[in-house]
Amino acid sequence: MLKYIVKRLLVGIVTLFILATIVFFGVKAMPGNPFAKQDKFMSPEAYAALERKYGLDKPLTEQYVIYMNNVLHGDFGESISKKGQTVADIIALRAPVTAKLGVIAFFISIGVGLLFGIISALTKKRWVNSLITTLATIGVSVPSFLLAMLAMILFGVKLGWLPLVGLSSWKHYVLPSIALSLSSISMITRLSRSSLRDVMNEDYITLARSKGTKELWVVIKHGLKNALIPVITYSGPMFAGLVTGSLVIETLFSVPGIGAEFTQSITNRDYTLVMGLTIFFGALVIVMNLVSDIVAAIVDPRIKLGK
Amino acid sequence: MSEKVLELNQDLFEKLPDEEKNSEFITVESKTFFKDTWDRFKKNKLALFGLVFIIAMILSAIFVPIFSKYGYEAQDMMNRNALPSLEHWFGTDKLGRDIFVRVMYGARISLMIGFSTALINLVIGVVYGGISGYVGGRVDMIMMRIIDIIYAVPTLLYVVLILLIFGNNIGSMMLAICLTSWITMARQVRAQILSLKQQEFALAARVIGASDSRILLKHLVVNALGPIIVCETMMVPSAIFTESFLSFVGIGLDPTIPSWGKLANDCRPLIFTYPIQIIWPIAAICLTVLSLNFIGDGIGEALQTKKGRE
Repeated sequence: MLKYIVKRLLVGIVTLFILATIVFFGVKAMPGNPFAKQDKFMSPEAYAALERKYGLDKPLTEQYVIYMNNVLHGDFGESISKKGQTVADIIALRAPVTAKLGVIAFFISIGVGLLFGIISALTKKRWVNSLITTLATIGVSVPSFLLAMLAMILFGVKLGWLPLVGLSSWKHYVLPSIALSLSSISMITRLSRSSLRDVMNEDYITLARSKGTKELWVVIKHGLKNALIPVITYSGPMFAGLVTGSLVIETLFSVPGIGAEFTQSITNRDYTLVMGLTIFFGALVIVMNLVSDIVAAIVDPRIKLGK
Repeated sequence: MSEKVLELNQDLFEKLPDEEKNSEFITVESKTFFKDTWDRFKKNKLALFGLVFIIAMILSAIFVPIFSKYGYEAQDMMNRNALPSLEHWFGTDKLGRDIFVRVMYGARISLMIGFSTALINLVIGVVYGGISGYVGGRVDMIMMRIIDIIYAVPTLLYVVLILLIFGNNIGSMMLAICLTSWITMARQVRAQILSLKQQEFALAARVIGASDSRILLKHLVVNALGPIIVCETMMVPSAIFTESFLSFVGIGLDPTIPSWGKLANDCRPLIFTYPIQIIWPIAAICLTVLSLNFIGDGIGEALQTKKGRE
């Protein structure tokens, strides 16, 4: 177990290191320079001063060593488009908003997805089952930002029930968090449905029933507990999905989170911010994948780690 | 023990009627593998609908821009934000451009990106996964670690970086999508090859003296074709999704290229005044992606029943 965690952590660190290297040299290989946009009539002296300030006058390998060293110390440098704000500041300012939305979406996905999955797996009524399956198929295959857009038109524009932009009351959270969780709700519905179905056919379920255990208890204690494992394993990729989803959902609903910041930094060609946020997102996803794998292994002793 | 010998004479025998003469022959029409699969695929209504829709979409993507009297950039200033009519089937946008033609032009770009990336992924995935699974051992270990490392980072980050470095044209979009999506294919192929290479026919081929590349391509990959086709079909919608997603947020393709995501993005500010305009590109993306998913599911089911029957 410990060996596995250490191994995964090492792979994770190597991945991050490679990602940071690609990001660094990629950004350096880009044509043009970040200051050209700000002032076309900059004097050579001012330009040289700027280059010195950002350390761009040094040879590339030296810049690389400096950058990596700084990143190791949590210093991602200063944003180019937002004067005086470091990338770390921006992350600290914006991340809580995204985190709040993400946590809400996470629990909606788990709650609603499990509920649908259980109903669909246990129901005797065919139409309930086919309704849920159809909804889940649509939710998985249709891009969630398009569904979000349709929801915006329906509830925000046509019916006027919910506000569309900003985050000042609980009502503002309704559309973005549902939009963000749509595809993961569908995934969890599908996963929990098929795994619960398999589990309910196992011998130990028959045994529990024949001992006279109440049906509800059989489902919760014997069925769900075993059916949950694929859901836990999925929660790592699901987290990655929520992070990626936040890019578009936050842009769409003007939520001042880190996803919207990322798209903005790309539009502004704010290279230091793009680099910092890419590494930040990458690290987040790697850690979450690791955590979900470990949790799954703890819950289910049958999983052999390191295989 | 009876001493009596059974006497055989002509009366005991009866001539077999003609229709029973062939009872031991297989009378069911013999089908090729693809015919068999196709017959089962046809029974799936959703998958069939998807196939018809995609073919119609491809044909109109090719021919509508050629034969339409409007260009995708032609403006009709007297007719801006028009509602759907006989003149403009889907109406016109804020610059008076025909939305129907633009959506069909967008289909060219989106479908091209979808199908060509899937094709590139097929080649890379089969070669990489095939080698990794067939050679095995240390080579396999290293190749899989490389995949783990690439896969750990969300696709979107790569796409964004590549677009930043190489500019936001269609070529770099395809490169960026391919960079990570071939992995799914490679893993699938590797898993198949790993189990197939243990089977007798692979051993038989080796005994006859077939070369490694022949065993891999002519025997193993051909037998893994089913899962490969399913995986391949699913790659098209995911590429279309990634492209439209990025263009929709405004960090995808160059603003002058009217892909579906870009069209939806253009109409975004108008959802309060002309919500109908954004419905068209959204419907195009949704229906295309759904259809492709149905086709993939359909093929998957058609091939799996084969397995279940054996």
